[in-house]
Amino acid sequence: MIEVDLDQTEIRDLNERLHRLPPDTNERAWHIVNPKGRHAIGVGLDGPITVTIDGHVGFYCAGMNKQAEVVVNGHAGPGVAENMMSGFVRVRGNASQSAGASARGGLLVIEGDTSSRCGISMKGADIVVGGSVGHMSAFMAQRGNLVVCGDAGRSLGDSIYEARLFVRGSVESLGADCVEKELRPEHLDILTKLLDRAGIRANPREFKRYGSARKLYNFNVDHAAAY
Amino acid sequence: MCGIVGLYTKNPDIEQRLGDYLSSMLIEMTERGPDSAGIAVYRNPAPKGATKLTLHNADPNYSWPQLAHDMQEELGDKVSVEVRGSHAVLIAHEQYPAIRAWLHHHHPEVSVVSVGDKIEIYKEMGLPADVVQRFHLRDLRGTHALGHTRMATESAVTTEHSHPFSTGLDLCLVHNGSLSNHNRLRERLKKHDIEIRTDNDTEVAAGYLTWRLREGATLDEALEAAIKDLDGFYTFAVGTKDGFAVLRDPIACKHAVLAETDDWVAMATEYRSIATLPGADKAVIWEPVPAQIYSWSRA
Repeated sequence: MIEVDLDQTEIRDLNERLHRLPPDTNERAWHIVNPKGRHAIGVGLDGPITVTIDGHVGFYCAGMNKQAEVVVNGHAGPGVAENMMSGFVRVRGNASQSAGASARGGLLVIEGDTSSRCGISMKGADIVVGGSVGHMSAFMAQRGNLVVCGDAGRSLGDSIYEARLFVRGSVESLGADCVEKELRPEHLDILTKLLDRAGIRANPREFKRYGSARKLYNFNVDHAAAY
Repeated sequence: MCGIVGLYTKNPDIEQRLGDYLSSMLIEMTERGPDSAGIAVYRNPAPKGATKLTLHNADPNYSWPQLAHDMQEELGDKVSVEVRGSHAVLIAHEQYPAIRAWLHHHHPEVSVVSVGDKIEIYKEMGLPADVVQRFHLRDLRGTHALGHTRMATESAVTTEHSHPFSTGLDLCLVHNGSLSNHNRLRERLKKHDIEIRTDNDTEVAAGYLTWRLREGATLDEALEAAIKDLDGFYTFAVGTKDGFAVLRDPIACKHAVLAETDDWVAMATEYRSIATLPGADKAVIWEPVPAQIYSWSRA
């Protein structure tokens, strides 16, 4: 375990050290202390390493992550795991807005709540939220799965493409072109596996599925009001 | 982009170091606002029947004692003055309208930055660390304070365009964001005799609150009305005599985080400002939801 104290080390130096690790590195376990809300901790990682951060992180933690496992033992600021490509990011507390924005792959687990625009424009990642998500979550979400064990704020899935949304609690309102859909056995299977991988206990049968009505894909003058 | 910080004390030890803690929070927001910085601090209530004013004149050799002396001659009662950088805090045994009229007539070269019983406002161009040093902000004791670091997007960088803006007796406003209907609203407010000195959008929001409060609204009612009448992006923090209030617009693009311990309540645009406070790692931390008014008060 390599310990890095961010009261003693600049973020840029930490990130450069992590970026320089060769694919066959033996330095696989990293422990970061005193994050104190600093930005861009563990951004652009690309290797089979584990980075554990004790404390609250600022903006864009674990952005563009590839392969790495990042665990935040605290809360996360805006844009955690934005544009993640692969790997695993876990936030033990809450996350601010735009968690997992435009993420293409990997799994983002937020054990607490997230605020607005969780999974905005997600493009293939899986996001599991133990609590609730704020307004405009999964806005223009294109691919992947967003699992919400609590409630969803207003305009869930506005202008959604082909992402799957699973919500256990209430949905304040659905956005344009987002509708409730049947939870078929193949969806139960996806949901069960995701909850299992996330380590979050919830009965998959209690969830409802939401997705695109696909009415906005091609312009139809009768739907002009929905744009 | 701007930075907002606020600190409300819940124990006398924190009051003793209010200026020190708030200054550290402010400096942490330098990247969000390197153009200018300012704070409003609530402390040392004026004696009964007296008015406390913060005045500004950019001339470093400006004779504040002379102004206080002139005012004393006019009012007959003792006028005390304490100079901090380009600002001076005056305490005069007179109501504000009479003081304003006298200042306007005899000393048009000074501008009134704040008025009330407890409020003092210090603001100027420059990096937050420089502003902290120039006004000796770390020495200030008090019950609560707000601060702002500005990166101008809508109007010029001057002391007059800096935050906090006074919105009436013991009230002030700081803002992160931009308003899009401020020109029309400015004209409307001028018709209601609300004085607006600059082309700054936040000053219009401050004027709007002043107008609503003058018409008899409570602070909560004035902020509720602001949600309807102000178009744009904002996180507002409003300083009051006994506490402060926080409001985000319904879209909530502009960041804000709140934290509370047994010793203090803090708000900031980013958590890293709050992280400078003692016990921050053990604080209860949450993000204010859109269009909901949060307020703390001793009353």
